Amino acid sequence: MASRKGCVLCNGERRALVKIPSTLAPSCKECFFLHLENNVYNTIVRHALFKPGDRVAIAASGGKDSTVLAHVMTTLNKRHKLGLDLFLLSIDEGITGYRDDSLETVKRNEQQYGVPLKIVSYEELYGWTMDAIVKQIGLKNNCTFCGVFRRQALDRGAAMLKVDHIVTGHNADDIAETVLMNIMRGDFARLQRCTAIQTATDETIPRSKPFKYTYEKEIVMYAYFKKLDYFSTECIYSPNAYRGYARAFLKDLESIRPSAILDIIHAGEWYQSAQQVKINVPVAGGAGCGGTCVRCGYMSSSGLCKACVLLGGLDRGRPRRAIAADAE
Amino acid sequence: MLRVRLEFSGGAELLFGGSKAVAAELPDPHAAGTTTVRELIAWTKTNLLKERPELFVQGDTVRPGILVLINDVDWELEGELEYRLQDGDTVVFISTLHGG
Repeated sequence: MASRKGCVLCNGERRALVKIPSTLAPSCKECFFLHLENNVYNTIVRHALFKPGDRVAIAASGGKDSTVLAHVMTTLNKRHKLGLDLFLLSIDEGITGYRDDSLETVKRNEQQYGVPLKIVSYEELYGWTMDAIVKQIGLKNNCTFCGVFRRQALDRGAAMLKVDHIVTGHNADDIAETVLMNIMRGDFARLQRCTAIQTATDETIPRSKPFKYTYEKEIVMYAYFKKLDYFSTECIYSPNAYRGYARAFLKDLESIRPSAILDIIHAGEWYQSAQQVKINVPVAGGAGCGGTCVRCGYMSSSGLCKACVLLGGLDRGRPRRAIAADAE
Repeated sequence: MLRVRLEFSGGAELLFGGSKAVAAELPDPHAAGTTTVRELIAWTKTNLLKERPELFVQGDTVRPGILVLINDVDWELEGELEYRLQDGDTVVFISTLHGG
């Protein structure tokens, strides 16, 4: 028989429906919504992510994280009078049966929240859809293309919208997974950067993660109780195996002790290497060193940016060589 | 017989041949009201799960990362595997995928 526990946040006035993972507090629906929203608001305020009048693009894929982020950002903007000019920014990679469906979700979000939507496609930016790329190069390395192209596409879309800031839906689980992956791979440079709430250089538009301390469970429960509709299909081209191992391990840890997720992020934040300066060299498409791509003008640490190197290979019909050159 | 409504979402429905909701009738071999969620999960695996069982079941429970709600309450507040099903209960399984 059900136990009918009372909510500990409003002193048992209402029935508890969710166990909040970070505190284990049995919470009613209303207190849980407030808990998540206040958590995000505190994250925004503590890190001074925005100032009034900022134009902010929400990177929107139609998946659970960005759908909830769009909802929470519009809610907080109204409730706390943040004074933000919000936009939805979506990337169309050109993947039939995946992105075309998820973009329908984003278009509904545009209507629901009254936030203007901008869609930029790989086809218009690069002349290639992911479908066409996979047709040419197969299912090996295709995620490399997609990752490089997406990073630039978000920057370019943000420039078209003239925004000051991009927010992404990365949640606490994602960040803890990335910390674990970087430890397993021994990637010290990324280990130091991956927990940063905001990434910015002089050349790029700042990006931040307001859900840095929000559990995936909280996001999914929020979407469930608010009846937010989101798109939930894995990308048809991406097995993403390595992240899968980190994720399975993290989920096992969480089932034993939910605070493990925040603990791992905390550990990542405090990780410092004695060789920080030496290791932290700019990477193409990341923190730039002031150079620009000779072909497209995007920031680049070498003559051609990563996307143009990849495109050069594709356009010559020799994508494998481009990746090999890129790896050296 | 024990009548329970099962719902699958967040991608979990793909493991059940695309079914988002199933009106299930479980045998209730013990005294009435003693069938638990542990037995429901085993029954679901045998009778409804269509593919890749390892993405849904791990040991005698669901794979970590699958959220379970019993009558719209987080199962962590309801005794998880030990919850005793009642006739007419609704059990929701939500898969959480990376991305989005």
